[in-house]
Amino acid sequence: MIGAGDSLPPFLVSGRIGAMQRRAVVASASDQWVQCAKCKKILFKPDFEQAMRVCPSCGHHHRLRARERIAFTVDPNSFVETDADLRPADPLGFPEYADKLAKGAQSAGENEAIITGIATIEGHRVVLGVMDFAFMGGSMGSVVGEKVVRCFERGLEQSLPVILFCASGGARMQEGLVSLMQMAKTTAGVARFQQARQPYIAVFTDPTMAGVLASFASLADVILAEPGALVGFAGQRVAAQASVGKPPANFQTAEFQMEHGMIDLIVPRKQIRPTLAYLLDIFTGGARV
Amino acid sequence: MTIFDFEKPINELESAIQELRQLVAEKGIDRTREIAELEAQRERLLRQIFSHLRPWDKVLLARHPKRPYALDYIRLMCESFVELHGDRLGFDDPAIVAGVGKLGAYRLVIVGQQKGRDLKERQRRNFGMAKPEGYRKAMRMFQLAEKFRLPVLTLVDTPAADPGVESESRGISEAIARSMLTLFELTVPTVSVILGEGGSGGAIALAATNRVLMLEHAIYSVIPPEGCAAILWRDPNRAPEAANALKLTAEEALRLKLIDLIVPEPLGAAHRDPQTTALSVRSAILQQLDELSQMEPEALREHRYQRFRQMGVFQTAAP
Repeated sequence: MIGAGDSLPPFLVSGRIGAMQRRAVVASASDQWVQCAKCKKILFKPDFEQAMRVCPSCGHHHRLRARERIAFTVDPNSFVETDADLRPADPLGFPEYADKLAKGAQSAGENEAIITGIATIEGHRVVLGVMDFAFMGGSMGSVVGEKVVRCFERGLEQSLPVILFCASGGARMQEGLVSLMQMAKTTAGVARFQQARQPYIAVFTDPTMAGVLASFASLADVILAEPGALVGFAGQRVAAQASVGKPPANFQTAEFQMEHGMIDLIVPRKQIRPTLAYLLDIFTGGARV
Repeated sequence: MTIFDFEKPINELESAIQELRQLVAEKGIDRTREIAELEAQRERLLRQIFSHLRPWDKVLLARHPKRPYALDYIRLMCESFVELHGDRLGFDDPAIVAGVGKLGAYRLVIVGQQKGRDLKERQRRNFGMAKPEGYRKAMRMFQLAEKFRLPVLTLVDTPAADPGVESESRGISEAIARSMLTLFELTVPTVSVILGEGGSGGAIALAATNRVLMLEHAIYSVIPPEGCAAILWRDPNRAPEAANALKLTAEEALRLKLIDLIVPEPLGAAHRDPQTTALSVRSAILQQLDELSQMEPEALREHRYQRFRQMGVFQTAAP
């Protein structure tokens, strides 16, 4: 069974990952130890990085930066970034937005909340988009909307599958109604991409919320999620206020969403790459037979 | 009955006019001149107040408890309408009314969000906050429209989609997303009108249409101003400031090219004259349908794609 674990080939074989980890360790040589955000256990950083930031003790999946995610997911040196030149604007002149963008760019080292490109995953050529929660909470404004639509357009033009890793608090409030329209815009992209008859696979990572969940994310042919990821529509407090009785303990987790039929499969991080490759093979292999 | 601050002087004048009229009726005293004077004063005051509405005043007007709702418009502007029920998946959401009807020369499918007028009705309609089953009922209607080649009219008036545990359990996000997806797939003309509150995902779920119209005092926003103020300044009481920042008025939406047309409301807003408002909405819709009906099915789908495709404001860095 896919996702159960044992039947899939081990993924951590590529030398590239090791090289990336070494860089990460060298960059923080003064601090060899990290603490698991969930079980609070002190972990040896190289081990933690080797495990793709999954706690070896409790299995908690810590958030990944988009470029780490890409390195973990695609074949070595196969990723070619697209639309890296798009930069956010401030259509409403919204209070503090310009400042937040500047700070976000500085602290995240990225210009926006998504990185897109073309890559291969175990030899399958795909259009790939990876959201980065570190940039303004992964929120969807005009640039995210545009890059997502371009992923679908590129997928259609080149007849390639589209893989999107979601990590977002929702629409970007600072772009007002323009950001709400990105929900429709990205959905239009999904609608048009259906003509390609190529798979669109979404991976929900922590967190996948609100305007992103209620648009392109939920419309994938297959939806995978990482264990424990927060996945939901409204904030937890709002949801609780609007309900009779207490929300269940696992409310708005990937597990809760899967119980309710909204997610196909929960996949541990190290199995995501082989699972994607397996699904890509199934969905795109038919024509070749 | 809620009376907003900026409406207070008008209501005071109206009570005075009412009293004078009663005096005329009961005692037969001729007060025509005074009444005419007060009415002129009321008119001047309305003009004065309504020419200086702040965004927050519009928020209050859009939520005005007397504001006409979807079923009022349907009743006032359609030749006929038959409501159809249920999502065929186990539920019928009273927050969304849907059905088939006639408007001018058109047979069409109508889907609208419906608030309640009194407390009981408000609760039954969940304050206009649709659940997944509401959007799934809407999708059923969109598919009916496609099958029988009928245009679609959606009437948007919701504070938000229902955020509760129950809705989450039944996939509110997926329902919103798929409602938009279904609208994008249609090859018949689609028109939406933002009647009152265009509340975030709950609104766009029904507004991914060829044409989007907005009533003059309606609002359309990615987040309620109270929520925005709570996030920005940790103080929901600063909602009026947030309303400014969010640019949620019809005027701003048109300036940003996110809507196609503003439908003017009578002096003093829709609730002072629902009949006239409904007729304006009707003629605006008919004009859109006349134009869209000239387009080929595939062109309508393409038009809808391009309409939303070009929305977004960003820069391109120099290489």
